[in-house]
Amino acid sequence: MLQEESDLSLIIAQIVQKLKGSNLYAQLERQAWASLQRPEIKLESLKEDIKEFFKISGLEKKLQNAVYSELSVFPLPSHPAAPPEHLKEPLVYMRKAQGSWEKRILKSLNSMCTELSIPLARKRPVGEQKELLNKWNEMGTDEPDLSLFRPVYAPKDFLEVLINLRNPNYENGDSLSFRTHLGLIQVPLKVKDIPELKEFFVELGLTTGQLGIDDSTQVPPELFENEHVRIGQKVLTEQDSAAAQQYVRQGSPTALRAELWALILNISSHPEDILYYEQLKTNVIQHDLLVDSLIYKDVKLTASNDDYYFVFEDYLYQVLLCFSRDTSVLSHFAYNSASPPKSYIRGKLGLEEYAVFYPPNGVIPFHGFSMYVAPLCFLYHEPSKLYQIFREMYVRFFFRLHSISSHPSGIVSLCLLFETLLQTYLPQLFYHLREIGAQPLRISFKWMVRAFSGYLATDQLLLLWDRILGYNSLEILAVLAAAVFAFRAVNLMEVTSLAAAEAVLADLSTLKVMPLLQIFLFATVT
Amino acid sequence: MSRVSVPCHVKGTVALQVGDVRTSQGRPGVLVIDVTFPSVAPFELQEIVFKNYYTAFLTIRVRQHTSTHTPAKWVTCLRDYCLMPDPHSEEGAQEYVSLFKHQMLCDMAQVLELRLILRQPSPLWLSFTVEELQIYQQGPKSPSMTFPKWLSHPVPREQPTPLLEGLPDPSRVSSEVQQMWALTEMIRASHTSTRIGRFDVDGCYDLNLLSYT
Repeated sequence: MLQEESDLSLIIAQIVQKLKGSNLYAQLERQAWASLQRPEIKLESLKEDIKEFFKISGLEKKLQNAVYSELSVFPLPSHPAAPPEHLKEPLVYMRKAQGSWEKRILKSLNSMCTELSIPLARKRPVGEQKELLNKWNEMGTDEPDLSLFRPVYAPKDFLEVLINLRNPNYENGDSLSFRTHLGLIQVPLKVKDIPELKEFFVELGLTTGQLGIDDSTQVPPELFENEHVRIGQKVLTEQDSAAAQQYVRQGSPTALRAELWALILNISSHPEDILYYEQLKTNVIQHDLLVDSLIYKDVKLTASNDDYYFVFEDYLYQVLLCFSRDTSVLSHFAYNSASPPKSYIRGKLGLEEYAVFYPPNGVIPFHGFSMYVAPLCFLYHEPSKLYQIFREMYVRFFFRLHSISSHPSGIVSLCLLFETLLQTYLPQLFYHLREIGAQPLRISFKWMVRAFSGYLATDQLLLLWDRILGYNSLEILAVLAAAVFAFRAVNLMEVTSLAAAEAVLADLSTLKVMPLLQIFLFATVT
Repeated sequence: MSRVSVPCHVKGTVALQVGDVRTSQGRPGVLVIDVTFPSVAPFELQEIVFKNYYTAFLTIRVRQHTSTHTPAKWVTCLRDYCLMPDPHSEEGAQEYVSLFKHQMLCDMAQVLELRLILRQPSPLWLSFTVEELQIYQQGPKSPSMTFPKWLSHPVPREQPTPLLEGLPDPSRVSSEVQQMWALTEMIRASHTSTRIGRFDVDGCYDLNLLSYT
């Protein structure tokens, strides 16, 4: 049909435009020119011969992976009449809510800046630069005085904003009727119900083998595990992103996980990437930002206190400090409902040539932000690769967990999905918790905002994140949250206060994620 | 395909409801919007573009100019086009929509008037409408070019004027200039949107406070 063809050519043009500036494009061009020397390339059939050459040398695969990566990350081109804000977030009231939330964050940061009389950014003197360079690998030993700093916001502040989110065109009557939401979220977004989730997560079904279930010690490895590992190795040899994404839906073997995730996220370690990371490191050494102190504080408060992650403290600084200097992260704001904070060079207020973003990557860290990086330290030990993986995970998934949007993987939809699942399939539990003043979302919100990092045991967390990558969606976080409540339902029915409910759900470190998900989705009698 | 916007006059929406609007409990679920084209002759409709605002289903009726003296009749050209897959939820509620000629049930050759019938069966929404309505007709086809005379009837080759001393060969210069032009065109065509990566302005990143605009 006419419309679909023109849509397709628009998508192709957009992807070509994006790939043109990349290393891969330069590589393909170079190889194409070099291949002209080869005897099998003939002038009469130049196009086909070069295409064949690309196929054999593996470059076609790399191009396929790059295109697949673009398709997974960037949304489809929208209607030509739609303004850029529409691509960030189609619903006007959500854009406004995100705007006012951002204003609050900026005010908070500005007041911290003026109260403590610390500049937002400062060029380091040469002596300090040398000192930092010397102890780059052990920044954790540094004990700066951070007592005056406080995190800009915590997840519970964000939850209050989401609770107060209202659609002005929606019937928000005071009297209870069929249109009132019984949970905390009051916006009518479309969320999947269990039949749709069963279809979406079909590979988690009872008859399909899973790592996390079918690799336990009681199950002989010949039944599933050996074959699965063999297939995984084959996927890695083929270097196919799409196949890897499909593969990890059933879990990834520990030995192959690092490479598989790098393949799915289309990260390869070229010298240019290592050079880019070194450049970011230089930027950290040259300029000191207020945001750095926030990062230090966050790491000290969260990851350093965690039994599993405290060993990675130095890595966390190396990744997060560089992350805040990385301007390539700014491009994700095209599809993120949030916008990067703006500022002007001192003395040039209002002049657009002196407008800059602060921090350079536009992302202000909140309490718990470093927990997005911590689990990745188990997989990657080389700082530039760890950095690239984290950056890609952030611009694909994690940014949705702390911005207000109507996207199905956005935190608002996840909260609504969690509450809807709980109400529909555990109505007695939901009613009981609501009656005692313990709305379930108040407990599960912090799990979902951190993608369960720091709450589950690390092997279980990595199995969960396998599925996030495999399905390219964060909805599994809401399903797991509901499954945890279902698992502890008996205990929860006996509590009589919010504090007691929190206590029942305080420790998730013994939970096995995959059996919980499987039972909740496929084995619960509805 | 080029398209030209047609100036239209959108009349106020009329709610269709059984019973008295003021006293009944519910809100109207059907709205009608009339679109006239007062200053334009009957034209061929190419595209309709609008921004949805919580309308679930759209029906469009058209009145066309007929050559005979029979009065023009209303014909349905789009029936129950779904804008919101689930009328109770936000999906599709504020999307931009384009409707093309080929999606219509009838020929749109001589459009006089349009009538948009909006339906929103869900009682959850306080109001619904369509906004930023634009109608487009077929743009002029690229006009047949008349080539200038010297292009279509080139004069026979003249004898080149004798070279002045010391000047380079004009044909060589022209071919080199052509190559340079081709290079600049290539650079211009391969414009990328990749960033350079600088976050400071000339090495300086000394900032004021964050601005709220």
